Amino acid sequence: MTVKGVHVSTTINGDTVEFVCQPGEVLLDVLRNRVGLIGAKEGCGTGDCGACSVTLDGRLVCACLVLGAEADGRAITTVEGMAEGERLHPLQSKFIEHAALQCGICTPGFLVAAKVLLDRNPNPSVEEIRYALAGNLCRCTGYDKIVRAVQAAAKDLARDATRTAKKKPAKKTKSSGKKAA
Amino acid sequence: MRYEAPTSTRDAVTLLTKARGKGLVLAGGSDLLVRMKGGFAEPELIVDIKRIPAMQAIKKTASGFRIGAAASCAEMGEHAALRKAWPGVVEAANLIGSDQIQSRCTVVGNLCNASPAADAVPALMAAGAKAVLVGPKARRTVAVENIPAGPGKTTLKPGEVIEAITLPLPKGRTGDAYLRFTPRTEMDIAVCSAAVCLTLGRGGVVEKARVVLGAVAPTVVLVPQAARAIVGSKLDDDALAALARACEAACAPIDDKRGTIEFRTEVAGVLAKRAARIAYQRAGGK
Amino acid sequence: MTHDSSYQPRDFKLVGTRVPRPDGLDKVTGRARYGADMSAPGQLVGLILRSPHAHAEIRKIDASRAEKLPGVKAVITSADLPDLVDGRRDMLDILENCMARGRALYDGHAVAAVAAIDAETAKQALKLIKVDYRKLPHVTDVDEAMADDAPIIQPWVRTPGGDANKQTNVAQVSEFGHGDVDAGFAEADLVIERSYKTEQTHQGYIEPHACLASVGPDGQGELWVTTQGHYTFRNQCAQLLGMDIAKLKVTSSEIGGGFGGKTHVWMEPVALALSRKANRPVKLVLTRDEVFRATGPTCSTSIDVKIGVKRDGRITGALAVLRYQDGAFPGIWGMLGGMTAWACYDLPNVKSIAYDVLVNRPKVAAYRAPSAPMAAFAVESTVDVVAEAIGMDPVDFRLMNAAQEGTRASYGPTYGPIGIRPTLEAVKHHPQRKIKLGPNQGRGMACGFWFNFGGQTCSTVNIGVDGTVNVSVGTVDVGGARASLSLIAAEELGVPYEDVKCTIADTAALGHNDTTEGSRGTFSSGMAIIFACRNAIDVLKARAAKMWEIPADEVEWRDGQALAVGVKHDNLKPLTLAEIARKSPNTGGPIAGHNEGVADGAGVSFASHICDVEVDPETGATKILRYAVIQDAGKAIHPDYVEGQFQGAAAQGIGWALNEEYIYGKDGRLQNPGFLDYRIPVCSDLPFIDTQILEIPNPGHPYGIRGVGETSIVPPLAAIGNAVSAAVGVRLNHVPMSPPRILKAIKAQRRAEAAELDQASAG
Repeated sequence: MTVKGVHVSTTINGDTVEFVCQPGEVLLDVLRNRVGLIGAKEGCGTGDCGACSVTLDGRLVCACLVLGAEADGRAITTVEGMAEGERLHPLQSKFIEHAALQCGICTPGFLVAAKVLLDRNPNPSVEEIRYALAGNLCRCTGYDKIVRAVQAAAKDLARDATRTAKKKPAKKTKSSGKKAA
Repeated sequence: MRYEAPTSTRDAVTLLTKARGKGLVLAGGSDLLVRMKGGFAEPELIVDIKRIPAMQAIKKTASGFRIGAAASCAEMGEHAALRKAWPGVVEAANLIGSDQIQSRCTVVGNLCNASPAADAVPALMAAGAKAVLVGPKARRTVAVENIPAGPGKTTLKPGEVIEAITLPLPKGRTGDAYLRFTPRTEMDIAVCSAAVCLTLGRGGVVEKARVVLGAVAPTVVLVPQAARAIVGSKLDDDALAALARACEAACAPIDDKRGTIEFRTEVAGVLAKRAARIAYQRAGGK
Repeated sequence: MTHDSSYQPRDFKLVGTRVPRPDGLDKVTGRARYGADMSAPGQLVGLILRSPHAHAEIRKIDASRAEKLPGVKAVITSADLPDLVDGRRDMLDILENCMARGRALYDGHAVAAVAAIDAETAKQALKLIKVDYRKLPHVTDVDEAMADDAPIIQPWVRTPGGDANKQTNVAQVSEFGHGDVDAGFAEADLVIERSYKTEQTHQGYIEPHACLASVGPDGQGELWVTTQGHYTFRNQCAQLLGMDIAKLKVTSSEIGGGFGGKTHVWMEPVALALSRKANRPVKLVLTRDEVFRATGPTCSTSIDVKIGVKRDGRITGALAVLRYQDGAFPGIWGMLGGMTAWACYDLPNVKSIAYDVLVNRPKVAAYRAPSAPMAAFAVESTVDVVAEAIGMDPVDFRLMNAAQEGTRASYGPTYGPIGIRPTLEAVKHHPQRKIKLGPNQGRGMACGFWFNFGGQTCSTVNIGVDGTVNVSVGTVDVGGARASLSLIAAEELGVPYEDVKCTIADTAALGHNDTTEGSRGTFSSGMAIIFACRNAIDVLKARAAKMWEIPADEVEWRDGQALAVGVKHDNLKPLTLAEIARKSPNTGGPIAGHNEGVADGAGVSFASHICDVEVDPETGATKILRYAVIQDAGKAIHPDYVEGQFQGAAAQGIGWALNEEYIYGKDGRLQNPGFLDYRIPVCSDLPFIDTQILEIPNPGHPYGIRGVGETSIVPPLAAIGNAVSAAVGVRLNHVPMSPPRILKAIKAQRRAEAAELDQASAG
């Protein structure tokens, strides 16, 4: 086609990445087809299922509703950036341990969304978890084991935080709940 | 197709004015990119306004609040002073979509998409919000209720963009609330909705009120008769019943995949009553 | 070698434990590859053009402009998919569903396809294909489609046993039952009749259909695809494209949900045909809109139920007339509804008459216990109405009439040991039943049944020189099966779970395996693995005998070790599997076990559910407060994933009961082909779903396994209907029980009550 590509320089999971994309091409297609990161999935392409959840400058977004061109100069994280080397993020371990996935197609989106939740609110109630994850559809589990895995990961992270705090003075964590039901 | 991300409102307006084909504004993208995906919008030019400083911030001013057109609804929820002054507006903004959508969607986008089911618009209208418009030749300020013209249509002139929404400071004992009905707890479009903003006078009597309904007519509608039904009352059962009747009378909805005429009409009244009670409490009424 | 498939009680060491799944790491790190996650060098993008009309004659397709567009490498229509099915009507239907042949039969029916160098070019090409349609009258409602003057969907269809010259949409009429229902009703103290409707729902898997197809001019091909049955897909694609089965290798990707919707081919033959024409690999991924409009759904139905009962609670007669729409192609869905309708009960006089009806909607596919939820909604709602009418507790009433071992099932067979009564007893004593309810809250319960299935299965077990074990199976892992199957292999061989690696083999590696449907995966592959392991153990014993230089029949296998039996071998130290494996290069080569056959003996399964709801009487909104599932699993191999099946099935049933539905406009077009308006439950809609696994061993499986995946989608519709009725006093006969329907029913009830009051005061 005759459309001129847009040159984009961005950061993905901490790495500098450059790509050229079409002006109307969404970030999800860029990640999957140009950058080679297939963790984010397309379940709907219209922001209704959350399977393509990533963060953009720290905020949770659907990669299907962001243009690749918008990423210029911004920072993106995906499920591929959650583990630190061999060490899984507690959410990842707890999802396996609690059988919080069946088919697993929604799992990357849930993990990214749950991480954003716990970063913001380390001790969420069940209701806060359910509303924070309402943008992520799962058709296999009925959400039961997913909510439990997030609770367990929160507990794990809190224990780690206490341990770290004993060693050095803790940083104050900001917590902001979203809407009440 | 071209993508541009100007850094001033003037540049944005110039780009849109000079576009060879259809030029469209990209704020949060939660409506535009869905329309593009479905083939319902095929712009020649996309103008991303998120790099325009005047459109980014939510500011408290001497006269109230200024919400930049590119400020996300999530940011509105995080703005403590705005939340305290206009809880109904913020709740309405925060009801749009999931957390993923919240990070991106804007109340100006919600307004310009001109859906009768827009969540933020009824609350903005009830609160007396105004839109700051910038066009090729002039700036103007317009009450929010004068923006929607019909489903998907606005009164914006060619090349005109909304730079910000302004909200006054709530006067005296004022409270606002917004409620919508959706079959699911999240991820739905309002089947119908109601926003109420009221100011109390002496003895908890409603002195002023604005009642707005969503998804019951081609645009979000201000219902002065419904406001009159509760002005002068202490929101007793009779006043609430009159409010519900006035709301039902103002409904001219359609039957569609999201709801029936009968349901929308009935529930609009129910929501208006419930929202009025919340607003009344927030205004300090008992 | 034949093996004994009957149940043998044993103390399990590993089976029944909650081990981490082997594919877990890949799936939490984004590494797992699903249908759309595979690429090939030089691949093209495939896209499908679909009919915007519910029913139309395709007079002409002009693709010349699309073909000339730079970057377009192939355009195909039905002309590129000739009829090679050798008179097999079911295969011709599948072919016609893949690509319309002269007529578009539903909104979304494929009419042409393109392959181009990128998505933009392919999209442009679709716009350049000109289709000359002549719109035809359409019908989408099942009752309307049965009318004499209804538009005819398939001109060749005749009602079996009916007028051979009369075109009709009734493709099949099935009858089941025994006794004399008329006599049963005559004998009854009370006869209650009710009519019900259920709307069409979709399986709603989050992963759209996707494949990567590659065929060369030499007739060899490969297909990477998200499927529940890659062997079935291979056979169907090979037949439809005139290829040799052996020359088409199909690999099943990780599957992002299927629930029955990925049991036969949709666009895979189209992708292969495009690839063949372009002589390049073609990747074809459906959009969500296409998934809703043209794949999956289950039937909408219209059902009448009649129950006759004695004052003491005995059911004397039961009749169901069921009308299921199959979409534009005949299916067996009405028949399955008729078979399952009364399966929970022991009835002297029972009859089901089931109609399979054609309409202008997409070809219906299986959806988790296909057809049973609608029939159960009608029957289990009426059962509650009857219990109330005679003043009996609904659980006691069901217990009084429930089937048991020896009961002749309404659909023919006589039951062996079954779980319906134990699940009902569990309901009776369930703690949820003791929680006090508040205003506008109600509690309901209902039962469900599913047959379960076995079928053709083929597995291989290979033992490595280090003593670790490869298990190759041909049933697709739809939700944790690799963990369960590894547990079974480890249990049987006596090795640690961690030493087993289970792989879903491609079609070139194993013999035919039936599709993973009918809750057969763990049942049938589990059985094949047990037998394959036992064959491998025979080899292991022979090798140990060789190492010891003693006769093979003096070696026994226990707890993962070979033991030399008999007094003269007292001094021989047992040999572990690993020790035998290490020596295998010198004792006869690789050690393996294989099994192929038909896994018979699938045990039927029952579930009973309890549901507490709260209904907002001013808006008709229903909130699920509490939900409990009690189901017979036979034997839970991996309890986490058994619970997961119960919970997931219940959640799908809840969505169906409350909000999910296909909404067609007057123009016959689908109004809500997206997740925004096809409202599947979100996380904040549901409570925790309590589960109770009962284990009544299936006599037809060595470990007692029954299928567990489907049964629990059956009870929720009626359980919720019964709960809503208890909460606000209105009986909903139409699913989904969406807020507008509930509010309308409440208002009608209020008006009726007011009228009654007026009359009473007037009189």
